[in-house]
Amino acid sequence: MSMALSHAGGDVDLRELRAKRLTILLAVALVITCALSVLFGASGTSAIKVLGQWLRGEDITLVDRIVLLQVRIPRMVLGVLVGASLAVSGAVMQGLFRNPLADPGLVGVSAGASLGAIVAIVLGGFLPAAFAAMIGSWLVPAAAFLGGWGATMALYMVATRQGRTSIATMLLAGIALGALTGALSGIMIYRANDNQLRDLTFWGMGSLAGANWPKVITAAPLIVIALAVAPFLGRSLNALALGEAAAAHMGIPVQRMKSIAILTVAGATGAAVAVSGGIGFIGIVVPHLLRLAAGPDHRHLLVNAGLLGAIVLLLADMISRTIVAPAELPIGIVTAVIGGPVFLWVLLKQRGIIDL
Amino acid sequence: MKRVLLTSSLALALFASAASAQDRILSLGSSTTEILFAIGAGDKVVARDSTSTYPAEVESLPDIGYLRALSPEGVLSVNADMIIAEHDAGPVETIDVLKAASIPWISLPAGWSAEQIVANIRTVGEASHHVAEAEALATEVEAQLAAAATAAASVPATARKRVMFIISTQGGRVMAAGQNTGGDTIIGMAGAVNAIQGVDGYKPLTDEAIATAAPDVILMMDRGHDLDAANSDLFAIAPLAATPAGQNQAVIRMDGAYLLGFGPRAGAAALELHNTLYGGN
Repeated sequence: MSMALSHAGGDVDLRELRAKRLTILLAVALVITCALSVLFGASGTSAIKVLGQWLRGEDITLVDRIVLLQVRIPRMVLGVLVGASLAVSGAVMQGLFRNPLADPGLVGVSAGASLGAIVAIVLGGFLPAAFAAMIGSWLVPAAAFLGGWGATMALYMVATRQGRTSIATMLLAGIALGALTGALSGIMIYRANDNQLRDLTFWGMGSLAGANWPKVITAAPLIVIALAVAPFLGRSLNALALGEAAAAHMGIPVQRMKSIAILTVAGATGAAVAVSGGIGFIGIVVPHLLRLAAGPDHRHLLVNAGLLGAIVLLLADMISRTIVAPAELPIGIVTAVIGGPVFLWVLLKQRGIIDL
Repeated sequence: MKRVLLTSSLALALFASAASAQDRILSLGSSTTEILFAIGAGDKVVARDSTSTYPAEVESLPDIGYLRALSPEGVLSVNADMIIAEHDAGPVETIDVLKAASIPWISLPAGWSAEQIVANIRTVGEASHHVAEAEALATEVEAQLAAAATAAASVPATARKRVMFIISTQGGRVMAAGQNTGGDTIIGMAGAVNAIQGVDGYKPLTDEAIATAAPDVILMMDRGHDLDAANSDLFAIAPLAATPAGQNQAVIRMDGAYLLGFGPRAGAAALELHNTLYGGN
C-alpha cells in the first residue's frame, strides 16, 4: 500500500488497489456464503452428512436428496442471480441518472413488473383452461417480465425524440407510470377475492421460497446477459458523471450507451421481479456501501455490486428461512428491516464526510 | 378436481398398506386440524399451519406458516408421514417438491356445504385410522347441521333478518361480506339474508351502499381483547348508525374460527347464530 502511495496520483492508485482487493474479498465471501446457504436450513438435513454418505457410497434418503437438489441448491443459485441483478441494476441506474437515489423502482420498471404479476394473479382464472394448464405456474413470472419490459419500452419511447433520450423526461415519465400502474394495481386489488388478496400480499413482500430449477432456467439467461454487459458500461458511466456533453467529447457514444444501460436494467430487473416478487433495498443500499468502501469508480463498482448483492440476498434468505422455522418470513421484510437502518446509517455517514 | 381426488385416494390406498400407529400427520387448515383433534387423532399431529388455532392445545405444536405461502423445506423439516390439507394450500412450487418427496398428500375440498363438511370428516377419519370416531363425529355434525337447517327453514321469508357481516372498519371504511364468502354462507345457514347483495367477496362499502343495505343486525368477529371496534366506534360511522341495526344497537360478535371455520363446529355455529338472531334456543 505504501508503494501505491509513493506514486504520483497515489490517491487514485490506492483506491484502485482497494477496489480490486475488495473484489477478491467479496468473491471469496460469496463462495463461503453459497456454501453456508446450501449447508443450513430449516430441515435437519445437513449437507455435510449427505456428502459423507455419498462419498462412502451409502444410501441417501429421498427427502435429503430433494432438500439438497430440489430446494437448497436451486434456491442458492436463484439468490445469487436475483441479488446480483438487483444490486447491479441499482448501480447502473444510479450512474445513468447521476443520482445516488435512483433505482429500478424509481423509473417504473419494478412497478410495471408488479402490475403484470398482479393482473396474472387476479385475472388468471379468466384464461381459457387449456392455455392456463399449458402455461401453469409460469403465468405470474411471465406476466411480471412482460410488465417490466413493457414499462421500460413505454418509458423509452416517451423519453426518446429523434434518437435522443432525455433522462429527465424519463424520470418524470417513470413517476407517472408508477402512479398509473399503482392505480391499475388498485383496480385489480379491488377485483381480487380474499385468497387472491393474500397471494398479492405475499407476492409483494418477495420471496425465494418458490425457487426451483425451472425458475432458475427462466431467469438465468436474461440476468446473466445483463450481468455480463454491465461491467462494460463502467468507463462510460464514469464519463457520464461529468455530464453528457463532456462524455460525448471523450468519445463515448452516449445515446447508444444509454440504450444499452436501459435494456440491461429492464432485462435484469424484469427477470428478478418475475421470479422473486418485490425485494427492496438491495438495489439502493449495496451500491452505496460500496461507494463508501472503495469510491465511485463504476469499473469496480458494477462488479463489486454484483458480488455484494448476491451475498446480501443469500444472507437475508438464510435469515428469512431459519428465524421462524419451520415457517418462513418473506425475504422483502428481512431486506427492508436490515436495509432501512443501514441506508439511514449510510446517509448519516455520508453527511458526516461532507461536513468534514 | 377429479385428478386431485384420484391422487389423494391413491395416496391413501398406498399409505394404508404401510400404516402404523406412529403416523406423523401435518395438518394444514383450521377445519382439518379441528377434525383431527375432534376424532382423537390429535396426538398424531406433529405440526400445523398458522390458521389452525383450535383447540387450544394446537398452539404448542410447531407452526409451519401461512397455508397459502408454505416453504418446501419448512414442510419437509417436520418429517411428516402424511399431509392432510385444505383445498387452498400452496403454492404449487411447494406442493411439487412435496410430491417429489413422496409424502402422501390428502386434499380436502372446500367445506362450504353440509355434505362436504361431513364428507371431509370421514376422509380425515380414514386417513388417520380413526374411522369409528370419525363416523360418530360425522353423525353428530350431520345432526347439528340438519337441526340448523330445520331451524333456518322455519323462519318465514318475510321474517328473515337482514344481516351485514363486517370484517373490518379500518379508517371508518366498512369492509363487508358479499357473495362467495364464508360470511355469506353462514348467514344463509342461520336462516338470515345477507344484506349485501350483488357484490363478490369482501368489499369496502360506500355510504350509500350501507344505507341501501339497511341491515337489521351487524355480525362481526370477536377477536377478544381490545382488537375489535366497540359499538360506540362502530356506530360513529354515520351511515351505519342510521340503519335499523344502528338504531337498535344490534351487533352480534362471534369467534372467527368458530363462525367461519366450516369444520366440525359449523352446525353448532349456524344454530347459535340462528338462536341469537331469532331468540330461540
